Order: sequence, then structure tokens, then C-alpha cells
Amino acid sequence: MRQTIKNIFFLGVKELRGLGRDYMLIALIIYSFTLGIYVTGASSSDTINKATIAIVDEDHSQMSQRVFDAFFPPMFLPAEAITLEEIDPGMDEGKYTFVLVIPAEFEKDLLAGRTPEIQLNVDATRMSQAFSGAGYIQQIINREIAKFDNDGKMPQAVVNSVVRNRYNANLTQSWFKALMQLVNNITMLAIILTGAALIRERENGTLEHLLVMPVTPFEIMFSKIWSMLLVVLVATMVSLLVVVMGLLDVPVNGSLALFACGVALHLFAVTALGIFLACVAQNMPQLGMLMILVLLPMQMLSGSSTPQESMPQWVQDVMLAAPTTHFVDFSQSILFRGAGMDVVWKPFVMLFGIGAVLFIFSLGRFRRSVAQ
Amino acid sequence: MNNSHSDKTFAPKVISGLTEEAVVKLEHVNFSFGKNRALNDFSLEIAPRKLVGLIGPDGVGKSTMLSLITGARAMQDGTVTVLGGDMRDKMHRDKVCPKIAYMPQGLGKNLYFTLTVEENLQFFGKLFGHDAGERRRRIDHLTKSTGLYNFLDRPAGKLSGGMKQKLGLCCALIHDPDLLVLDEPTTGVDPLARRQFWDLVDSVRLTQPQMTVIVATAYMDEAQRFEWLIAMDDGNILDTGTPAELLAKTNCSNLDDAFIQLLPEEKRSGHAALVVPPLAGSGEERISIEAENLTKRFGSFTAVDHVSFRIREGEIFGFLGSNGCGKTTTMRMLTGLMNPSEGVAKLFGKPMEADNMETRLRLGYMTQLFSLYNELTIRQNLALYARLYRIAENEVNDRVDEMLNRFQLTRYEHETPQSLPLGIKQRLSLAAAVIHRPQILILDEPTSGVDPVARDLFWELIIELSRKDKVTIFITTHFMNEAERCDRISLMHAGRSLACDTPANLVAKRQAPTLEAAFIGYLEDADPASKEPVKLEAAPESGASASGKKWYQRESKYFSFQRFACCCWREYLELIRDPIRATLAIFGAILLMLVMGFGISMDVEDLKFAVLDRDGSMLSQSYTLNVSGSRYFIQQSPIRDYEDLENRIRSGDLSLAIEIPPDFGKDLEAGKHPEVLFLVDAAMPSRAETVNGYIASLHQQWLEQISREKGLGRNSGAGLSVQTRYRYNPDVLSLPAMVPAVIPLLLLMIPAVLAALAVVREKEMGSIINLYVTPLTRFEFMVGKQLPYVMFAMMSAFMLVTMAVTIFDVPIKGSVTLLAISLILYSICATGIGLLASSVTRSQIAVIFMTMLGTMLPAVQFCGMVDPVTAQEGMGKVIGLTYPTSYMLLISRGVFNKALGIGDLYLELLILAITAPIVVGCGVMFLKKQEK
Repeated sequence: MRQTIKNIFFLGVKELRGLGRDYMLIALIIYSFTLGIYVTGASSSDTINKATIAIVDEDHSQMSQRVFDAFFPPMFLPAEAITLEEIDPGMDEGKYTFVLVIPAEFEKDLLAGRTPEIQLNVDATRMSQAFSGAGYIQQIINREIAKFDNDGKMPQAVVNSVVRNRYNANLTQSWFKALMQLVNNITMLAIILTGAALIRERENGTLEHLLVMPVTPFEIMFSKIWSMLLVVLVATMVSLLVVVMGLLDVPVNGSLALFACGVALHLFAVTALGIFLACVAQNMPQLGMLMILVLLPMQMLSGSSTPQESMPQWVQDVMLAAPTTHFVDFSQSILFRGAGMDVVWKPFVMLFGIGAVLFIFSLGRFRRSVAQ
Repeated sequence: MNNSHSDKTFAPKVISGLTEEAVVKLEHVNFSFGKNRALNDFSLEIAPRKLVGLIGPDGVGKSTMLSLITGARAMQDGTVTVLGGDMRDKMHRDKVCPKIAYMPQGLGKNLYFTLTVEENLQFFGKLFGHDAGERRRRIDHLTKSTGLYNFLDRPAGKLSGGMKQKLGLCCALIHDPDLLVLDEPTTGVDPLARRQFWDLVDSVRLTQPQMTVIVATAYMDEAQRFEWLIAMDDGNILDTGTPAELLAKTNCSNLDDAFIQLLPEEKRSGHAALVVPPLAGSGEERISIEAENLTKRFGSFTAVDHVSFRIREGEIFGFLGSNGCGKTTTMRMLTGLMNPSEGVAKLFGKPMEADNMETRLRLGYMTQLFSLYNELTIRQNLALYARLYRIAENEVNDRVDEMLNRFQLTRYEHETPQSLPLGIKQRLSLAAAVIHRPQILILDEPTSGVDPVARDLFWELIIELSRKDKVTIFITTHFMNEAERCDRISLMHAGRSLACDTPANLVAKRQAPTLEAAFIGYLEDADPASKEPVKLEAAPESGASASGKKWYQRESKYFSFQRFACCCWREYLELIRDPIRATLAIFGAILLMLVMGFGISMDVEDLKFAVLDRDGSMLSQSYTLNVSGSRYFIQQSPIRDYEDLENRIRSGDLSLAIEIPPDFGKDLEAGKHPEVLFLVDAAMPSRAETVNGYIASLHQQWLEQISREKGLGRNSGAGLSVQTRYRYNPDVLSLPAMVPAVIPLLLLMIPAVLAALAVVREKEMGSIINLYVTPLTRFEFMVGKQLPYVMFAMMSAFMLVTMAVTIFDVPIKGSVTLLAISLILYSICATGIGLLASSVTRSQIAVIFMTMLGTMLPAVQFCGMVDPVTAQEGMGKVIGLTYPTSYMLLISRGVFNKALGIGDLYLELLILAITAPIVVGCGVMFLKKQEK
């Protein structure tokens, strides 16, 4: 038992020393945790950012002019005045995401208490902008009308709705995007580092040599896991403190220590996944294909780009087996909502379970995969 | 770098016997790898029509010199003149490369292992511009004379070492070179195959007397047959001359000794002829290693066929045979790395099982290839092995020092093995294998590639271990003089043990003059076909000479369709010969399309909400009902109090909490404008944004409803209605919007990663050398490689589009032609990106990492998959605007959703049409036609 711990320690130190000499890999790691995060955080604006809008104004009233002037950056590019005939070609080319048609007699009807109808055309292939954009446009028009009506000619609503957005009052997209990029990079790096490194060791024959020695596959695998875990965990925390909280100025509400625990558990699961893939693949090209097959859905469906509850139930069920689902879950809970252990124990347990299953399965295949 | 030799007098280290102009002339050539100098102010002239041998140990600069002569490596300093021109000059290189043939070091390094013998030969024939008839004639002629004719259909990877080398030679000879360069062609080949190889070279020289042959070798016994020898050490020439001259000069009877005599004084100090003391036998020694009917089958192929032996304690047991004869497999079964299909292997009387740590502690192992860690220093390596062999922590340092001393490694202790010559690496491997004082030592070709002095030193250590420490030694080797030092040897061939006895007995049994002759005798008995002499007959009249032009003048230097097509054909063969990879790629695409098409959804639905109703009136219940009745929200159990609210939002159970104030109903009826409070979980801002939109419209809806039903607040509300029309996708479903977006994403990543490994794999395997030394241009090489992957991508594209129409029910509304053309262009971009990454990197890990980072990140984040490119900021926008996926996405959505055609999207198409050649061009540009 003591020998096992010693072996795991020595082999892990070897991994760290090896990584220390691979400058290319170090450069890639540094890139993915600094610039890679920063670019995403700094590039992502709010959902509605510089959206293109055109207005067909058939009213030419003071009111319609107010509506026209109400669209300005950063949310919208200044509205373009077009004619009815220009709507179709403009939208076909993707020139305008939104086209507003203000009917004739709009102002007159409004003041007369009739309910005039504004038509809003939305390019619904622009999924993310379509919905919220339509909502914003409606709000903007309402606001303009309310302002126009400051003499109180039009009555007030009987019930007011007050909306408070918790944890991100201004709905700043970059907070979420930067953090999710961090999640994605952690996953990708951990899988590639362990998976590809294992295949390389197998091809160089060092793994075979170790297996002739009084060293068990368990010790070899575990040493890889703890060393990579340490490297990526440190990189993650530095990146979180310096890039995410520092440069990108994302406020973090929860306990960083708890988050670090979660990252460690996630890393255990994904490094085990990397080892598992390396045990299944026979050579590097196959590993490359397998990694795409695993990484792409894990990234797209984890809930980091679109919310998971809107996915079909079977996708949600399948994604329970993906470590990223749980990582996205607890990282939102801890970092934004400031949740504690009482909330995040579930994803923690799941991550540990996924890691353990993959680890045990790889352990069974390890010897066979080396002596192919 | 030495750049001051202009002031030196020109005094080449000449090769005499030069009666006419030299074929190869090196003047003041320097070459370094980083800090290590491989060639040191090296000057040499080689006369035409000679068989010239380069002798000397590994790592003295032989291979470097040969690769400079063939133009495979770019020059650093000095001048190399070959066949009358400067090899720095690209024009001259292009002109003479069809006249030079080069067989690099390593078994079958210039061959493609998944291709058959016939396909390999066809490939080289096509590269050098022979037509089909001419190729047939030459291939039949070469293979019939070399005994490969019956194996034309066998993949090159499945040939034995000797046959691989013969095939390599055939590939080199297919274009009648004037200069043939062979780099250690017989390393790792059994004595019979070696003899046949040299007979073949002799007969080639008879039929083509104008040819000059330069050979590097580590076998001194082979050097005897060469006409001229150049002995090299440390990047310098020790001496040159005919074998007889060298022997006479050094007063030696064999070249091995002669070479040692030629070495500078300090290198041969302490070297003395090796004597092996006899193994003391009392008749009752314990058996250390035992194999009984050991058999290993891989499918229908039997690698080891009923091999048995018993090895006594302290015995040195030699295992001889060519590469691929089953030696390594036997060792793997002995060490427990592999389970035998039949029979048993026992160490110390016990089978070697996976959990048998006791036996492992008593076993030392040295693999054929260096298998310690290049990234650790010598000392760190030894310390790691000492600790893994459970040497007590306080003894580790002493033990490491002891090993460093005993194996004379002390002065390298802080260097990494990477930078050290092979001989020192081998000593390190042996030190690591004996650091725990094992009782059995298993050594797999410990001395191949090591020079004679180092080899003798190595054997001194082995003999000492065996005789003094009673260590049982199991060793494999190619060298006959080493085999003679073993107590007993076993001769292996094709998985079977042909004979097993003491060297002296074997020689006596066959009545052969030497052990080598005895071994060859056994091999010929085992394989009667090999007795037939190999001899190259005079070549049949070739069609080329009849036309009056030499064949290589017929194809253009710049572009030849035949060479291009042949690259293409070869890559295609490799692609279909790895069915697992191709299947993964195809099914991967289908699977990902299904998962992502159904999975990625922008529809925000089924959001969980709960209400803290502090009023409980009819009106407040009506308000709640209005929200829970919508398809967007699912009601959870009511919130009890503020603490409950806080907890449930914090834990992510609720996306939305609604607080209805006390007296809501009363205030409303009294016209007091009560406020309803909505708390939205905005941890995911895009979702929160949608929730905000839903709330606004539901609130409005309720106001209208109560105004209608109860007459409350008549004439209130905003007083206008906005009719929203969602165009192209009226139900705002995710599927029709996502499916056309997933196609470009999948068509980017999968073909890119597939193609990315194409060039790097050739770099790692060594076959990239064919680009360096044949008339193949970079363009033909790259684009030829790319085409099969483009075809593959098109096939996937066709499948994905079909899936979109059939399974996902997303019809193509616009121009199919536009979609097809743009997909072709896009496939070229995608595979081009992979090849670009591949041409700038060296290792497979790096290229996978780079391709993943370079495709997944931009495509998913910046190209408008989720957020349009126009909504990006800064770097992201720049990437989005330049990356081809952005434009493919516009076209794909335009054609699928908007019923657009070429007239509407010609600009996007144009951008793709411009990007494709730029990406491909960059890939070609960054690829090197010579090694650095």
C-alpha cells in the first residue's frame, strides 16, 4: 500500500517534469487559459448587439419619427428607412434581421385610443436574436409611446410588472461566455493531455517497460490523473482569478474553494475519459476521430451554449453521462448563484461516479491495449 | 557556425584512386543539430562507378552526410557537388534528383506499409514517369530476380525485414539511377537475407556498370566486400582506402579490429580482446527461465510456433533471428506483457502473471527501442527506476551513483538522453535494467546501432553480471561475433526455433566454417526457396530508350498529371486500408448530426417557476394561472417564504420566481396599481433574456384579459399591438435553423482532422523522404493528398444533406447547384486547413491539438452558429469575418431556409472560391521540400 502511494507519487512527478520540458504543449496550455478565454469573453457582446433593423414608415408622423430614432447602438445599428418593396430582397440577403412596418395613420389612431397595428418582420433563422430582439423592439416602442404621452392623455397600466434579473442584473453575456469557454478548454485540454500522452508513451515503448516492472496499471493511470489534474487545476484557478475576474471583470459570488473542489472532480472524470479513449483507440488518427466524436457533443450539449432543459428529454438523459453537464451545472451554481455544498453535492457525486466507472473500465483494458 | 574557412588552405581529406571527375564532392561541410555537431569541416571526393562504404558507429554523421548528398536535407555550411552541380541550387536538384536513388536508414523507411508490394513499386514507377507497359516490364523483371514476385499482393508491412529491404532496393532501382545511396540497408536483417542483399547489389552493378553506389554500414564484416572504405568518427574522417589497405595499415586481420585501431588513442584505451570465462556447471543449477511449447497466434498468423527452452541460472542465452521472426513476441510472453495462445513461460518456476510483483522485482528488462524517458535527465531516470524497484529511499542516491560509475555515465548525469549518442543511451538502459540487482536480465537487441568499442564494453558488463553475480541473461542480437560469446544460442526463423545449442556445437553439427555459415545453412534448410541465387538479369529492352529520349525528360518538372494522380491514388489506398478510421469518420458524422440536430435547441421552454402568493385572492390566482398556462413555464410547488425563495433560486431549481404582494386583488380593484415582482435567474444571460421577453408578453396578455372580462382598467395598456411575423421559420423552431448550421460545422471538423494527420504521419513514419528525393513537387504532393479527403468530405456532405431532407424534414428550398458548388469549395477549405496545420507541425499530438483549437473554437463561437457575426466584437469579429465557415453558414441557411440561389449569394460563394486556393496555397508554401 505504501509502495503504491510512493509509485503513484514518483510517476506523477515524472509526468510533471516531462511536461515542463515540452514547450509547445506549455505554450498551448498558456494560450488556452489566457488569450483563449479573453478573446471569447471580450468578443461576446449582448445577445442583441448591433442588430440590423429597417423601418418602413408609411405614417411620416412625429410619433413614427420618434420610433425611428429610438434604435441606436450598441443594441441596434441605426435604423434604415426602406420601402415596402425592399423588404423581401433585404431580408433574403440577410441585410436586415428585423423590419418594422409603421402603418399610415398610426399616430392618429393611437391618440384616438384605437389600437393601431405595427408589423414586425423577424428573420427567424437568426435564432438567438429573433426572440429576444422582438421583445426588445416591443419594449422600445412602448417606451417611446409612453414618453410621447407625458402629458398623461393615455391611461397607465393597472398592474406594473417589476423584473429583477438576479446574479447578472444587466444580462451581460460575456460573464457567462468567458466562464463557459473556461469550462470547454479545461475539458479539451484534460482529454488531449492524458489521451494523446498515453498513446505517445505506448508508441515509444515506455509504457511496456513500466509494465514489466513492479508497477501496476492502477499506479500508472492514477499518476497521470493526479499530475494533469494539478496542472490544469492551477491553470484554471489562475485563469479564473486573473483573466475572468481580473481582466474581464466578471463578478464571482460563490466560494472559490468549493469551485476548485468541483474542478478537481471534473478533471478526474475527464482525464479518466482521456485514458479510456486512449485504451480504445489503436493509433493517433483513431484517437483524433474519437476525440471529435466525444468533445463536440459534450461541448455543444452540456448547457454551455444553449440551456439543457429545452433539449429533448432523451438528450438530457444521455447527457447525464457527460461530465461537462455537471460541470456547467455546478459552476453556474457556485460562481454566479453563490450556492454551497448543500446544492452542488449532486453534480459532485455524479462526476465522481462517471470518473470511477471510466477509470475501472480502462483499468480492465490497460494491459491488453499496451501489448497489442 | 564556422564561417571562416576561406582563409584555410584547401586540403580535402582526399579519397585517392580518383582518375576522373568526382561524382560526389564535399567541401568544408559543417552541419549541426542544435548544439551537436554532426559534420565537422568535412571534405571528400568520391570517384564514379565505385562501391563505396562508409563505416563507423551510429551518430558519427554518416546519415547526415548521405542525406546532404541526396538533397534530402538542406545545407547549412560548405559546398556539396553531386553529378556536376551544386546541391544548394534548386534547379540543379530538380535536374539530378531523377538520377539519384536513396534508401534511408530503417527497415522500409521509404515504403508504405499498408500498400502491397505491387502498389509500392507502381507508385515509384509512376513518380518517375514510366508508362503502364514500361512499369509492368520493370516490376516483373525486378521482382522475379529478387524473389519478391510471389509476394506482389502482400502488404509491405507484413514482409520480413530482409524482404522489406529488398523491396526498398527494388523501389530505388526502378528508375535506373546513376547514383545509389544506401543507408545501413542490412541493419536488423538475418545473415542469409543480408548475403542475398549484397549479391543483389553486385548483380545490379554488373548490369548497370555506370552506377556509383554509396553504402553506410555498421557491420564491419560487410565492409570487406566494398571497393573503397571511409572510416568515420565524430563527424570526421579517420581514414580512407581499400579494405586491404586499411588492414595493412593497422596490421589487423579483420576490419572490426582495424576500425578500433583507427580510433584516436583516448577512445580505444582500455580496450582489449574479450574473453568469456566458461560457465561453471555443477549439474544441479536451478532453472531460471523456462518455455514450453510457447505459441502465439494473431488471427491466422502464427508469430511464435511451439518454442521451448530451459535456461540455467547464470547462463547467457542468445536468441538469433531476423526482424519479425518472433523474437520480440517471445520476450513479451516471457515478461508477462502478452499471454501465450498455447504453452507456458515460467520465470523462477512460476508463470509470469499480471499481479506477480515478486517475480518482477527480480527481473531486469531492456527493450529494443530506447524506452526510458527522454524528458528526464540521466540521473532522474535512474532515480525513478530505483524507486519504482522499491529501493529504500536512503539508498537511492548511493545506488544511482554506483550505476553512474559502473557504466561510466557520471559526466552525463545532468543531460537528457535525447541529445546523447545511441551507445550511451544503451548503457543507460542497461544501468536502469540492473539497478535493482535482478537475477534475470532480458535484453532485446541491446547493441544494434552501437559501435564496436561500445559493444565490447557492453559485453564486458554482461559477462561480469553473469559470471560474478550469477545473473541469468536472455539476449537477442544480430551480430554473429556476439552470438559466439553466448553459452547457448537458439536460431529463430518464422516463429520456429531451428536449432538450440552451444555455438561450437552448432558449427560442428553443420560442419560449417563459421557460426554465420551454420546459421545460413539452417535457414536454407528451413526455407528451400531461399537457396536460389538472387541475381539481376540484364534489363529487357525498354520502350524509353527507343524514343531516343531518357524517360525522365518526358515529364514536366513543374507539374505532371501522372505524378499528381499517383499521389492521389496512394492516399486513397491508405484511407481505405484503415477501415476503422474511415468508419469512425462516416458514422461519426451521422451520429453527431443526429445528436446535435435534435439536441441543440434555442427554444426556451419548460422553464420551472414558482409563485410566492402573499395575497391569495381570486385575481392573484388568475395571474398565476395565466403564467402556468403558457407552454413556456412549468409550475412548481408554491414558495413558502423569502428564505425558501432564496434557496430555490440559488440552487437552480427555479428559473423564475414570482412574488405577488399582499392585497394585490384589493389594490387592483381600487386602482392603486400594485406591483408584481419577477425574480429571474440570470446566471445564463441568454436564457434570462428570453424569460424577460416571455414575462412582458404574458403580463400584457393578462392585462388585456382582465380588461375584457372584468372591465378593469379599460382604455389602459400600451394601446398598440405589435404583430410579429417570424419569417423563413414561422414556428421559430430550432430544428430548421440548426440543421443547416450543423452541416458546415461537421464538414469542417471531421475532414480537417482526417487530413491533418496525413502529412504529419508521413513525417513520423519517414516516408516523407519520397517528397524530398523524387521529382514530386510540393503542389502535386499536397493537392494529390487532399483530393481523396475532399471526395470523402463530399460523400459525407451528400449524406448529411440527405439526412437533413429525410430524417429532419428540412427541405432544400433554394438552389441545389449553389449548395453543391459551395460544399465542394468548402470541403477544399476544410481539408486545406487540416493540411496547413499538418505542414507546419511535426508531431501527431501537436497537430491534433492545433486542428481542434483551430476549427472547433472559431466555428462554434465566432462564425454565426449561435450569434451572428455582426454581433461579435473585437478579435471574435475578425475571426468570424475571415473564417470560411461563416460564409458556408450563410449559404447553407440561405439555401435551406430562404429559398435563395446563386444570384442572391454570389458574394459568399465568391469568398469561398477565393479562400479555398489561399488555404491550399499556404499549406503548399509551408511544406518543406528538404529537411532542415
